[in-house]
Amino acid sequence: MDLLRFITCGSVDDGKSTLIGRLLYDSESVSLDVLAALEKRQASNGTVDLALLTDGLRAEREQGITIDVAYKYFTTPRRKFIITDAPGHVQYTRNMVTGASNADLAIVLVDARQGVIEQTRRHTLIAALLGIRHFVLAVNKMDLVNYDEAVFARIATDYAELTNHFHLPAATAIPLSALQGDNVVKPSQHLPWYTGPSLLQHLESVPGAQETEAAPRFQVQYVIRPQTPELPDYRGYAGQILSGQYRRGQRVRVLPSGLESKIEAIEVNQQEVETAVAPQAVVIRLRDDVDVSRGDALVPAGPEEPTLTRELEATLCWMSEQPLWPGRKLLVQHHSALSKAAVSAILYKVNVQTFARVHTEQAQLNDIVRVRLKTALPLAVDHYTDNRTTGSFILVDELTGDTLAAGLVEAANSEYFTAPVAPPVAFSI
Amino acid sequence: MTDNNRTEIRTTMSTTFDYLDRLEAEAIHILREVAGQFERPALLFSGGKDSIVLTRLAEKAFRPGRFPFPLVHVDTGHNFPEVLQYRDQLAAQLGEKLVVRKVEDTIRRQRLREPGGKYPSRNPLQTYTLLEVIEEFEFDACIGGARRDEEKARAKERIFSVRDEFGQWDPKRQRPELWNIYNGRIQKGENVRVFPISNWTELDVWRYIQRENIPLPDIYFGHERTCVVLPSGQLLGLTEHLQLDDEDEIVTRQVRFRTVGDSTCTAAVESDARTVEDIIQDLLLAKVSERGATRLDDNISEAGMEDRKRNGYF
Repeated sequence: MDLLRFITCGSVDDGKSTLIGRLLYDSESVSLDVLAALEKRQASNGTVDLALLTDGLRAEREQGITIDVAYKYFTTPRRKFIITDAPGHVQYTRNMVTGASNADLAIVLVDARQGVIEQTRRHTLIAALLGIRHFVLAVNKMDLVNYDEAVFARIATDYAELTNHFHLPAATAIPLSALQGDNVVKPSQHLPWYTGPSLLQHLESVPGAQETEAAPRFQVQYVIRPQTPELPDYRGYAGQILSGQYRRGQRVRVLPSGLESKIEAIEVNQQEVETAVAPQAVVIRLRDDVDVSRGDALVPAGPEEPTLTRELEATLCWMSEQPLWPGRKLLVQHHSALSKAAVSAILYKVNVQTFARVHTEQAQLNDIVRVRLKTALPLAVDHYTDNRTTGSFILVDELTGDTLAAGLVEAANSEYFTAPVAPPVAFSI
Repeated sequence: MTDNNRTEIRTTMSTTFDYLDRLEAEAIHILREVAGQFERPALLFSGGKDSIVLTRLAEKAFRPGRFPFPLVHVDTGHNFPEVLQYRDQLAAQLGEKLVVRKVEDTIRRQRLREPGGKYPSRNPLQTYTLLEVIEEFEFDACIGGARRDEEKARAKERIFSVRDEFGQWDPKRQRPELWNIYNGRIQKGENVRVFPISNWTELDVWRYIQRENIPLPDIYFGHERTCVVLPSGQLLGLTEHLQLDDEDEIVTRQVRFRTVGDSTCTAAVESDARTVEDIIQDLLLAKVSERGATRLDDNISEAGMEDRKRNGYF
């Protein structure tokens, strides 16, 4: 049984929490005491409000909206699912980015009465920007449009135009009613014209994460040195294989130092193995006594090496209430590597309603901007579209420690840097 | 747009990992980030199955080296004796340092009032001892076995959760947690609570215990025990800490515990499960969630957990 992580996105009244509640409820993942707590708060007409299964925090119950990312779990005989429920309204974009960063699939929820609206475009762009390749367009509230096929077809076509125009991954459109339970888990007799899978059937058949297909990447998290009489000279580099595959005897280069060595042994739970693949947690020992420390990358020497750079171009989602201005000093955390850094230029801002590039002097909370970043130490990075792990980083406030931005590497070689002031053209992923 | 996708049923590739492998790899990665980012971390060890699983994960993360943190137990004085015995044995067997601090000593030192009532739970007082031990050792990160599936407020907490010097959690000020990048940078006085098995469910924990063949304290398995029947119908193991009166109904039943917190507020469930496999079967059939079945203090108000977390509870 494998694992699929998905995010649900939609605007405030699209019924997102109800949809998640329905998935949990109809797949029998809700226990009796949780149901009892729900029934205590049931509406006057006697129906159970499924949205209460996910709206956890008191402030949300008071305001009736989801204000933070929540995680929910359910298992079917085919799969374990981790649902990230991200908030719908504009000011909490940073939570949507957070949720999308870990997801394999996005469910974009629209209200059948409203169709594709501005927020649909915004959520789709963000999810695609963060590297999600599987999309479901869930056309909800079909009960309120009399389960009309024409309404569904029009919305599916509108959305296809959007994804085609911006070269985004195609979506699978599914009509449903989360409130009535139509086509969420079980197919519905109200939708006789629809012959495709229910939402859950679709979720069970989509491919999961495939980190093994990317180039081999490994970063040292921690150096194991027992220094005991039995193991006086043992040096093991503990870390997770971030992508691809490693094997014993392989020639590797240590970055940033550039030194080369061979893999003497790969250990998983103290057992030596011939090969290991992402996302396994391993200990790698090298043949030579080279200097390796936390944050260093071990990669196969040759054409598949990442780019080692002190300057890169990146897309940022700015997540702090303090604006970003060019020249701002901060820290960049590239997984286990940490360096001082500065944003040397803000090239443009992406208007997430129109996807146009617009000139900006500063980045505000929830802005998506393209920047140039200079780092004190060289980082071994990949293009985000090639590798979601080694192509991603966060920016951190040096004083408070707060996470300021999510960063996606767009170009790591100055030959490919874009011009500072971009013309207003359509944005493509 | 949908017609092509509808008919296309793709199977998952053979390289796909089992979900338990993925959860394990994620947890080991998190533990190693703690070791790499903090100077004085600690692993909060309760003797419960979740913290026992954490020690197994720590072995996988750090052997053949030592753990880069001690095991810390906040002893309420109301613990099940089987659990304390298990704790000492495990620490000896691992060869790792165990720090025990008692709620009783905190009560004396800080002149706290003992909770009264029929079922005097010291659960709320654990927070004081925890904050004391954090101060004593200047721990900058405390690793715990909490899971997001336990409760609605936990479902929203980050894996690296920053607390102020009073141990308080502010849900509105949480740092966004992106990809698998964990930001443990803090200011003086703050510390981080780290939850490596956030994404595991109760069933996942049991399946892992089964797969790894991890021994557990006996009280997790069905055994005969003298219990008090609570007004709710729940069973509470009889201990000298309970204030009983003539009206209390005392029964002897075949029970097991699903969690092993403070004995005065951890209810038993009727079960004759003898093995981990029996428990998994029990769980697959069980219709009551773990906290609902066994924790008396969460039922007090619907926002119970959120309030306690804001106040520094783990």
